[in-house]
Amino acid sequence: MEAIQYHKGLVYPLNRENVDTDQIIPKQFLKAIERTGFGKFLFYNWRYNDDGSLRQDFTMNDEKYNSASIILAGKNFGCGSSREHAAWALLDYGFRVVIAPSFADIFYNNALKNGILPIMLEQSIIQDWMEKAERDSFTLAVDLEAQTITDGVQVIAFDIPAYHKEKLVNGWDDIDLTLLLKDKIEAYEQSRQLV
Amino acid sequence: MGKPKTIIEKIWENHVVHREEGKPDLLYIDLHLVHEVTSPQAFEGLRMNNRKVRRPDLTFATMDHNVPTANREIVRDPISKKQMETLKENCEEFGIRLADMFHPDQGIVHVIGPQLGLTQPGKTIVCGDSHTSTHGAFGALAFGIGTSEVEHVLATQTIWQQRPKTMNVQVVGELGPGVTAKDLILAIIAKFGVSFGQGYVVEYTGDAIRKLSMEDRMTICNMSIEGGARAGLISPDEKTVEFLKGKRYVPKGEQFEEIAENWLSLATDSGATYDKTLTINAEEIEPQVTWGTNPSMCVPVSGSTPAISEVENKEEVRRALEYMGLEENQPISSINIDHVFIGSCTNSRLSDLRKAAEIVRGRKVHPNIKRAIVVPGSFLVKMEAEKEGLDQIFKDAGFEWRDAGCSMCLGMNEDIVPPGGRCASTSNRNFEGRQGNGARTHLVSPEMAAAAAITGHFIDVRKFQQVLQ
Repeated sequence: MEAIQYHKGLVYPLNRENVDTDQIIPKQFLKAIERTGFGKFLFYNWRYNDDGSLRQDFTMNDEKYNSASIILAGKNFGCGSSREHAAWALLDYGFRVVIAPSFADIFYNNALKNGILPIMLEQSIIQDWMEKAERDSFTLAVDLEAQTITDGVQVIAFDIPAYHKEKLVNGWDDIDLTLLLKDKIEAYEQSRQLV
Repeated sequence: MGKPKTIIEKIWENHVVHREEGKPDLLYIDLHLVHEVTSPQAFEGLRMNNRKVRRPDLTFATMDHNVPTANREIVRDPISKKQMETLKENCEEFGIRLADMFHPDQGIVHVIGPQLGLTQPGKTIVCGDSHTSTHGAFGALAFGIGTSEVEHVLATQTIWQQRPKTMNVQVVGELGPGVTAKDLILAIIAKFGVSFGQGYVVEYTGDAIRKLSMEDRMTICNMSIEGGARAGLISPDEKTVEFLKGKRYVPKGEQFEEIAENWLSLATDSGATYDKTLTINAEEIEPQVTWGTNPSMCVPVSGSTPAISEVENKEEVRRALEYMGLEENQPISSINIDHVFIGSCTNSRLSDLRKAAEIVRGRKVHPNIKRAIVVPGSFLVKMEAEKEGLDQIFKDAGFEWRDAGCSMCLGMNEDIVPPGGRCASTSNRNFEGRQGNGARTHLVSPEMAAAAAITGHFIDVRKFQQVLQ
């Protein structure tokens, strides 16, 4: 996993609530056996017409968002299916930060495991930034160490569990960390006679 | 006697391997279910790091998402085929039991777990599939995980989990005749929304829940994730014990008596408290039909689609109505359908098929229906249904009778609803494009789907008999 300490990027405003993982990456793209290459299928049904041309009614297709690396979205982002392909698609497309009032639990974890930073902020701030990003080219800078995010005018603090922060900042592999506790796992198995 | 505890706390405490201030708990996993879609990258990760599967004996795999439900020998899509072959190779390499496409134990992972007795009260169960909550019906703590977590469980048999908050969803009163478990869970989600369970494990309690069969309890717990809860469960009782008795992986004889007693002791203690309690009155619930693009967009069959002026989330409702090709204030009974799907991990067990067959018996699928399919949840369900002649009832009526798999619930195989098609479906998600690009899904109970197949539109199944006579 690629570490993330500081990220500054262009914001894409996805002004929808309950964006489910079926929308983030539709089922026909879940058949791959690799973790890479999902970016071109991100939001597939919203981005493309049946003939493969870009849909004019989906704002992400607007050229001004081409280099966006931060998504602003409505509440309950990533609900539905547990498919980690949703996180892989966002990452592969180039998104490193997702900001929403709330996230579905499984997506939240999947994002963290892939070096995507999910940030929960109050609805009012998101709405304000959403409008700015819809109007102009709008950039945010996230400092994970300091747990702050700024648009250059105001600096907003955000919460993230210390445990997740440490792993993201260092790009640590979860399994390596857990295997340090191998003796405890064995002891547990013995105590329950699972061996 | 200590402080009274919920079943959630009891199972949690029994599984903590490591606890440290400021970190999630490291929980031991008793059963890891694996399927072809969310596992290939996890196995690849193990290989790259030269790791083994820690407990192949606590791991069980099947193929369900991609499998053809007709002419199984030929998997036309080469990528689907590759994914299933990959699972087979991975299971051989890592020594994991696999019920492949042709194995008599094959079926939807959440149908075969209970049927084989792998699912048991008090277990921690995970699977790379959000509907793992289904197993909570047995008083297990069961939840869906992502592929990185699948890899972690394969390598360590543990998972890091933030201790969840506990929620009691209390169902008071009794469900009326013709009102099903599916209607109850849809009504719960309609009332409390698609994220009411975020951060919680939900226990369903109350007389209405106690009266449900184990299969109906699975339908309830299955859709916990549609309310945002990763896990939903029901305290075990005599019905739970009875269901599991004699199942293949359940201990026999004296050992069974012992384990059954242990199971019953897991039930939530009287006087235990939850972080939150929600209440719903079963008496007020009618058969439900979803009209929109998430499971909370749901009304009683006697109702109508909302008026945009009367809702808060105007833009969301407007978009959903547009996608669904419906007007505001449109009566549900006026919605004509052209596809019917009876199946999925929500409603594909024997009792579901029996109830649908009862409605269909001696009748014909409406001529406007282009395709009506019944997809049993497992090979075993299929065989048992055939023994009772249910297949013949469906076929005589004009349904297709298929082999087991996830099928049209998510259309990863060839079973899809075409663009603009409208499906009465017993599955769990009515998201845009779920059953096929541009497909429109209405979630209902098996009885309601069967009745809609006959009449060509939604009808209150309780009035169904009268209308036809």
